[in-house]
Amino acid sequence: MKNTIRQVFHSSKFVVGFAIFAAVLLLIIIYPLLYPGDPLEMIGLGSFFKPGTYVSVYDAIDTESGTMKLPDANAKRIANKLSEEDREAMKVWLVAAGVSEEEIDTGDTDRLLALWKEKYDPSIKPKGMVMAERNYYKRLNKNLEGALNASEITVSEKDPESGEMTEGKTISDTDYVNTKDVANKVTLPLGTDNFGRDVLKELVSATKTSLFIGLIAGVIATFIGLSLGLLAGYIGGWADDFIMFVTNLFTVIPGFVLLILISYAIGQEQRGPAVVALVIGATSWPWTTRSVRSQVISLRNRDHVNLSKLSGHSLIRIILTDILPYIASYVVMALILQISSAILAEAQLSMIGLGPSTTKDATLGLMMSWAMLYSAHLNGSWWAYFPVLLIIALISFSLNLMNTGLDQVFNPTLRD
Amino acid sequence: MSEMKRPICLSGEGVTKVFGLGEKKTVAVDHVDFKFYEGEIISIVGESGSGKTTLAKMLLGLLSVTDGQIYYQEKLRDIRNRKKKKEYWKNIQAIFQDPFSSFNVFTKIDTVLLDCINMRGGRHLPKEKKIEMITEACSFVNLKFAELTNKYPFELSGGQMQRLMIARIFLLKPKILLADEPTSMIDACSRATILDMLMNLRNEIGMTILFITHDIGIAYYISDSVYIMEHGKFVESGTADEVILHSKADYTKRLISDVPKIYEEWDLTTV
Repeated sequence: MKNTIRQVFHSSKFVVGFAIFAAVLLLIIIYPLLYPGDPLEMIGLGSFFKPGTYVSVYDAIDTESGTMKLPDANAKRIANKLSEEDREAMKVWLVAAGVSEEEIDTGDTDRLLALWKEKYDPSIKPKGMVMAERNYYKRLNKNLEGALNASEITVSEKDPESGEMTEGKTISDTDYVNTKDVANKVTLPLGTDNFGRDVLKELVSATKTSLFIGLIAGVIATFIGLSLGLLAGYIGGWADDFIMFVTNLFTVIPGFVLLILISYAIGQEQRGPAVVALVIGATSWPWTTRSVRSQVISLRNRDHVNLSKLSGHSLIRIILTDILPYIASYVVMALILQISSAILAEAQLSMIGLGPSTTKDATLGLMMSWAMLYSAHLNGSWWAYFPVLLIIALISFSLNLMNTGLDQVFNPTLRD
Repeated sequence: MSEMKRPICLSGEGVTKVFGLGEKKTVAVDHVDFKFYEGEIISIVGESGSGKTTLAKMLLGLLSVTDGQIYYQEKLRDIRNRKKKKEYWKNIQAIFQDPFSSFNVFTKIDTVLLDCINMRGGRHLPKEKKIEMITEACSFVNLKFAELTNKYPFELSGGQMQRLMIARIFLLKPKILLADEPTSMIDACSRATILDMLMNLRNEIGMTILFITHDIGIAYYISDSVYIMEHGKFVESGTADEVILHSKADYTKRLISDVPKIYEEWDLTTV
């Protein structure tokens, strides 16, 4: 036994798969300890906040500030204000004004602005440029000048009764606050989703739920498949015929259709993660039964089984001690594949709205479903669905890699 | 001919085994009749595929019989249910061809031997008594139990495993032992030891040994009577001297001529 485990860890494929899986497991164990809180709390009023650190503007104004003269402050301000489209438009003007295309680099803000100051003249009418376009350039130029304007901003407070404004603080463009002094700030490494929930926190909790569903469904499916396969294979005769009849019935009906029908029949209210796991497990056992049965059939006429029979051992004992240990490695592999496919099945079910009920737990499938319903893929909010995809892919990949690694160890003819 | 007066231990009438159905059916054992007398060593000799092992499995009750009857101690054998089978298996045991696959590799040697004592109704014996019995059985086959305890069968050599198998038979003390080519996978030196042990077993316990082999030389060396099997049928039977020294069937003559003789030139061109 010890030897087998050591051998398994000699397989590089298994080790890589195990490492990825262990990393995912560590993430879902450690992250909630470091950052506790309800993963489904809606912190953002609005949808799809970009990933990054959010600093409270209110608190930043109240925080004591110091004056700093940074030479490139203005350039950065402008660079931040100039969108990609504006830069492209400026390039078009400059080319029309006679600057060669190679000289212009839209990424280099300083140079672009210098060229712009030198060449831009609202009175010039480049060939083929309509009025509306010329007006756009006028606005752009004004904006740029405004950004460079170094006037101070005054923050005033409104009296709630009289509506009178009293001057509060003035902020100049050289004022800086230390982010450590700002009372309220929050880092959202993966932004928020459509409901304004922290995607990373939600993702960790969803991964946990999905792994739980996968594990329960995988164990149920393997247990049913293994028991039926052992009985059908070892007893043979009418038991084999009957079990294979039922198994074939389940095989010819596409599993996913069955899954949809059962999930729909159960109803939205009753579908918690455990129920979904049960449903997935109860529909995905047939192939385990078939493969276990064929393994058992090849074992049941071996000499050691005959010897056990001659020793008067009972059916249960022969199955448990003479058959099961010989197919144990195969069963572990089947379990791993069942877990992996159950996680995918949950994602598929949730995508079509038949996953676990949506209010209490997030699952990977539900996160994908929400992202799709609120068009995250259309408005460029990659953080709402891409990390989910990545986690699903990583889990599937690591489990399958572990399976292949085990296969290499247990079927030496496959080793290369 | 004094053996002929012994009681009949196992006999069969028209025993047949057919595998498959319709056009693909193969008749492995074809209406064979036999009478095995108590205390004899009987050899069943034949080529691979002649149906020896199938017959053995039917005799053991591991395979169902397609047609014909098997009588145990002149009464129709009754193995309808598990209880009756267990009772039957107290009287008939087997040694298989491949020692490496005859033991469950996940079961310790202790368990294998303890099971034998349990099967003989020794479940309630004190532990010391059980160990004593096992040690005795092991020393009968020149093994030391102290060296085997807590070991797994795959840690032994082929010859040791086959000897362990004989120790198992020693503990079970069945009336009939079916030895299905027990020496074919073992080196020549161990072979003689194993055969000697089988002879000792017969002398010690007085069991009937059914020795299944393809080696007519060994059959002549150890057996009282010999059955020659070809394509599922017995083509010749009788005492070892009758069958081998005065053989009538062509098939037997061919088997005898195929035995290599060290001091004679062996004409390979006829093979």
